[in-house]
Amino acid sequence: MQEPAITPDLIAAHGLSADEYDRILEIIGREPTFTELGIFSAMWNEHCSYKSSKKWLRTLPTDGPQVICGPGENAGVVDIGDGQAVIFKMESHNHPSYIEPYQGAATGVGGILRDVFTMGARPIAAMNALSFGAPDHRKTRQLVHGVVEGIGGYGNCFGVPTVGGEVRFHAAYNGNCLVNAFAAGLADTDKIFYSAASGVGMPVVYLGAKTGRDGVGGATMASAEFDDTIEEKRPTVQVGDPFTEKRLMEATLELMATGAVISIQDMGAAGLTCSAVEMGDKGGLGVRLTLDAVPQREDNMTAYEMMLSESQERMLMVLRPEKEAAARAVFEKWDLDFAIVGETITDDRFIIEHQGKIVADLPLATLSGSAPEYDRPYIETPPAAEMDPVTGVDPIDGLKALIASPNHAAKQWVYEQYDSQVMADTVRAPGLGAGVVRVHGSDKALAFTSDVTPRYVKANPFEGGKQAVAEAYRNLTACGARPLATTDNMNFGNPEKPEIMGQFVGAIKGIGAACLALDMPIVSGNVSLYNETDGKGILPTPTIGAVGLLDHLDDLIGGTARDGHVAVLVGETTGHLGQSALLSEVFSREDGDAPFVDLDAEKLNGDFIRANRAWIDMCSDLSDGGLALAAFEMAEGSGVGVTLDSGDTATLFGEDQARYLIACSFDKAEALMIAAGKAGVRVETVGKFGGASVRFGGSEAPLEELASLYRDSFGAVFA
Amino acid sequence: MKAAVITFPGSNCDRDLSDAFRAAGCGVTEVWHKDSTLPEGVDIIGIPGGFSFGDYLRCGAIAGRSPVMKAVADHVHRGGYAIGICNGFQVLCETGLLPGALMRNAGLKFTCKMQTLTVATGDSVFTRGYGEGAEISIPLAHHDGNYVIDAEGLAALKDQGRVAFRYRANPNGSVDDIAGILSENRRVLGMMPHPERVVDARVGGTDGRALFAGLVDALADA
Repeated sequence: MQEPAITPDLIAAHGLSADEYDRILEIIGREPTFTELGIFSAMWNEHCSYKSSKKWLRTLPTDGPQVICGPGENAGVVDIGDGQAVIFKMESHNHPSYIEPYQGAATGVGGILRDVFTMGARPIAAMNALSFGAPDHRKTRQLVHGVVEGIGGYGNCFGVPTVGGEVRFHAAYNGNCLVNAFAAGLADTDKIFYSAASGVGMPVVYLGAKTGRDGVGGATMASAEFDDTIEEKRPTVQVGDPFTEKRLMEATLELMATGAVISIQDMGAAGLTCSAVEMGDKGGLGVRLTLDAVPQREDNMTAYEMMLSESQERMLMVLRPEKEAAARAVFEKWDLDFAIVGETITDDRFIIEHQGKIVADLPLATLSGSAPEYDRPYIETPPAAEMDPVTGVDPIDGLKALIASPNHAAKQWVYEQYDSQVMADTVRAPGLGAGVVRVHGSDKALAFTSDVTPRYVKANPFEGGKQAVAEAYRNLTACGARPLATTDNMNFGNPEKPEIMGQFVGAIKGIGAACLALDMPIVSGNVSLYNETDGKGILPTPTIGAVGLLDHLDDLIGGTARDGHVAVLVGETTGHLGQSALLSEVFSREDGDAPFVDLDAEKLNGDFIRANRAWIDMCSDLSDGGLALAAFEMAEGSGVGVTLDSGDTATLFGEDQARYLIACSFDKAEALMIAAGKAGVRVETVGKFGGASVRFGGSEAPLEELASLYRDSFGAVFA
Repeated sequence: MKAAVITFPGSNCDRDLSDAFRAAGCGVTEVWHKDSTLPEGVDIIGIPGGFSFGDYLRCGAIAGRSPVMKAVADHVHRGGYAIGICNGFQVLCETGLLPGALMRNAGLKFTCKMQTLTVATGDSVFTRGYGEGAEISIPLAHHDGNYVIDAEGLAALKDQGRVAFRYRANPNGSVDDIAGILSENRRVLGMMPHPERVVDARVGGTDGRALFAGLVDALADA
């Protein structure tokens, strides 16, 4: 086949700027071949190179005594004691999911699971943070159905419990939905596998499914804005096969146990190119690949297509040569492809051979290490304008407006489509607060949550970034867990616009400050930029996935509120209504500043909850919808009514941070008060649980009526 | 008592089922689908949930034709015991070891939730521990649990008291609210809900325990 000539149009179509192309010429000293151009575009696109974000990501706290491996590998590794580690990461699949929701979301789940088991960990929990456009937008319904089915279709078949996540709706996502998939796995600390190759002349082995033409150029697609040609991008979306992934995981873990694996890397974005270059670069070696040996699903594939294919369920591995037969037997047992496609070499070259010709010969370390890095100009988001006064609402009417909105209604319609119980370790399924999964065969448990409030981040990126981490911290704390570490999934618009870059920078600074103060280092993450359609960006959405540890299942705060329990509020209430859920859902207003996050108070109050769990039957963090929504959700989840003394709008619906609501007996409440006095924590009794109605101040409605509204509203819109 | 738990490619509840047998005091041997024989002295075969062969073609259809299923059929025809849960139930129907078939849920969606079941007969080693009429909470998680059988077959199941469990609120459109059935000799049970997921008070509940405990008691006596 005649390869296309390298023209300015072809270069632009590969997402490379003229400057970047000049740099390529400088590096290799000649015009690149078509395949080489593809390789550069794959390595240098935003999605793979983090060229706009790297400078700022470096400022995040990534260390701590609990951290075994921070960002840079397939996933972060955190010590949970007893020689075990939790390995986790969150990653976006936004662009593909908008183009083809089922496959886009499914392969997002597949990719993140692969990141986890590539490191030697069996996945034990998954979560998904989803952002869709307005519920009544013409695309939303189809996207919700497709994305939820795709996540379920992949995760359920693979056999990992989905234990948490978020689902939100806002018109700013009309043209770009967000699908952020999280996975966590478990491994022994002395059996963790990394991607750095070692040893010269070692076989490079291709494992898993065959290579097809799907997803060619996917990473480049995901590094650009959308416009009205979006339908033409469908072929860049990959197709998932969870059955193959399940076998690939079993085979990979079985193979690792034989001691045959030197290093391993999954083929994700930019497939064979990225995985081979990363393994070589981290090991300080060159790599030679012979593409004729690559298992192929389609006829007449070119070198370009094979190097850029994003076919799913594939791995690349450097193998101990003496173990080849044993390794091959494992893969044959699972009916998976196993092919030696190359070797490690001394020279710092990335050499690709196909049909007897060398189609690419590039300096490997430079290819990997010299990706452009930009210090993009940014404009800090200006301080929010003074807020107009908020009219008081009847508190029950306010509550009804919240729980009837798909944003705050119960999400059973979504969660019941996910298997939350497989592996028989699920202590707490999705619904209220963090998901909790037992560490198999032990009395320990891990808690998982994902959080961000994009309205806040837009109004005030710094406080919004802090708040996302703080809310995750509180959700872990509310079930009794000790927060361990964090993964961040930064979803933003076009970073070439200084105001978008300003949102990014502000959010990173906020996240960094909060992670440091709350001792939740970032151990992995992902950046998704260019979430724009026709020039309109999404709400800045830095999703925080966080993991906490319960040293013993007895430490779980997992009870219910009962008749006669006292409602105890922990933390300071000022009645901050700026950017609140109430403003947005009742008044369609998004004004005012985000609430200020006092990180010292977060730490103090969180430690207080953990230290006094013996006095706490049920606990919820206060976030969207403030005291009113938290009290209702606790009452609804317990099947018992609740009375809050105050009927004041700001007191009930304000979203001040660092707060929790507790249900406990009168005696326990007294003990809590005493402990709080000693700890210097602000606590107050704000009402009681009991009866069959919800009463806020002078306003009242039957619990059953509100519960039906809460349970049925989501399905009424989307079923 | 000895159990054999079969793993097909795509099985994902094999570990959970083995653990539930072990917790009840039963020895477990794991068996690969390509094996054509079962270990000596096996009392009961467990066919676990999951997505054997990706649910491609039809749920349980390819697994039903695996080499090991010939040995399972021989075991059952000799009067041996077997339990198939979720995908395992589908496999047993595909091989004809149990009557009927499992179609796509009436709501067309995968559904995972806790379900109240009524024990429809106490007359089997599987249900003896509960007793007829008992109500138990067991989670389900499936896309294809809508049990169908012709009128004659249904009449036979009912006349012979072979409906083991019924849903109190039908989640999937199953005929006669059927959640699980027994073979004619009452030694093979197929059910869609997952009793192996509720054998520990700290994880979901304990309503699955009596099934495994009852089984171990009964077979130990035998």
